[in-house]
Amino acid sequence: MSLYRDQGIVLRTYKLGEADRIVVFVTKGHGKVRAVAKGVRKTKSKFGARLEPTSHVAVQLYEGRELDIVTQAETLDHFKAIRGDLERIGAAAAMLEAVDHLSQEGEINPQLYRMLLGALRTLAGHNAPLVTPSFFLKLLALEGFGMIVDECMACGATTGLEAVDVDAGGTLCREHRQGVAVSAEGLGLLRQILGGQLGAALNEPESPATHEVQALATNALEHHLERRLRSVTLLDRG
Amino acid sequence: MGVYTGPVQNLIDELGRLPGVGPKSAQRIAFYLLKVDEVDASRLADAITEVKAKVGFCDRCFNISQGDNCEICLDDRRDPSVICVVEEPRDVVAVERTQEFSGRYHVLQGAIDHLQGVGPDQLRIKELIARIGAENITEVIICTNPNIEGEATALYLSRVLDAPGLTVTRIASGLPVGGDLEYADELTLGRALEGRRRIGSGE
Repeated sequence: MSLYRDQGIVLRTYKLGEADRIVVFVTKGHGKVRAVAKGVRKTKSKFGARLEPTSHVAVQLYEGRELDIVTQAETLDHFKAIRGDLERIGAAAAMLEAVDHLSQEGEINPQLYRMLLGALRTLAGHNAPLVTPSFFLKLLALEGFGMIVDECMACGATTGLEAVDVDAGGTLCREHRQGVAVSAEGLGLLRQILGGQLGAALNEPESPATHEVQALATNALEHHLERRLRSVTLLDRG
Repeated sequence: MGVYTGPVQNLIDELGRLPGVGPKSAQRIAFYLLKVDEVDASRLADAITEVKAKVGFCDRCFNISQGDNCEICLDDRRDPSVICVVEEPRDVVAVERTQEFSGRYHVLQGAIDHLQGVGPDQLRIKELIARIGAENITEVIICTNPNIEGEATALYLSRVLDAPGLTVTRIASGLPVGGDLEYADELTLGRALEGRRRIGSGE
């Protein structure tokens, strides 16, 4: 039972009782943390807008038995550009949801925290169509389920790759094709994202290929999570 | 796990389903009800039955109402050209208490929440759009909560509410009266600065 400090990103919040909220953070040093922010829904709360989803905060928490208690919170970045744009709120929500499902409480994963922070900063910088899909693909790679896009998963052929199967975990050649077809442009983007040219992929304007990658990345992540991402379906409908 | 006789256990189970009431509290309330006079217990029972039988949602603004339309919609003295859009019936009460608003309301019954999978279709947005033309509305004040769900809803509404002669406004965000500036978070204080206004002779 003690106080500790950490930096974290607010993944989501749940209402608790009259004026409190349970805030779920992904933190740098303590993994996913669920903590109670007391009185945060009151207009005079000292936390104010600091503990809203997407906020990057430095927090002081009091370790509790089940849930910790937020005692202080200081904003590091509130990503104002994301909060003022409906599409970007949706894109950020999808990333937060993915991280929430993938991370476990007590599992310390600073890399995950850094990736999410980087993705949110990129999204705040400009609304690139591939931020969320790239994040999904990188997230899978971090978890050890990275998509193989350089060879056929069945025979190892490096040419004539025409399909991606999320079950097989990568691309397939014409002979062994199953899953969904992928265009040459789409495959090119996948290779850029997973092959260290993320910057180039993020500068890509919206096109049929980016939509293809978007659908593939969402599929792959949902396949791994074994559940639908609520924010993504909402995004497509909206 | 019923330890008590049927009706008592039933009561405890039902009370335990109320928000914020755990099994222990439910037990405490149940035993209190067993002890009180018959009249007091029936009064509570009647109040619940009555509220369920008589109170529904207003056909026009979806505020809670006794009958087809709520008192605010039926009141002729209110400005018919301005609509204040709020998330919940509770928010109508909050705005009414300010005594600063004399138009009518529209209750969305929620807010767009990506993380809970609540989209525009689950809210009373279509009904709001229908009201704009039908009632010759000139201003819509978006009065959703200043959190991320409320902001997303406001952004969505500002996009879909596009009619000639219609002004769409969003309530200002700023510092609570009686608060300390040093405790204000950056976002709120930033918005307060953005929304500053001239005082003195200029007004």
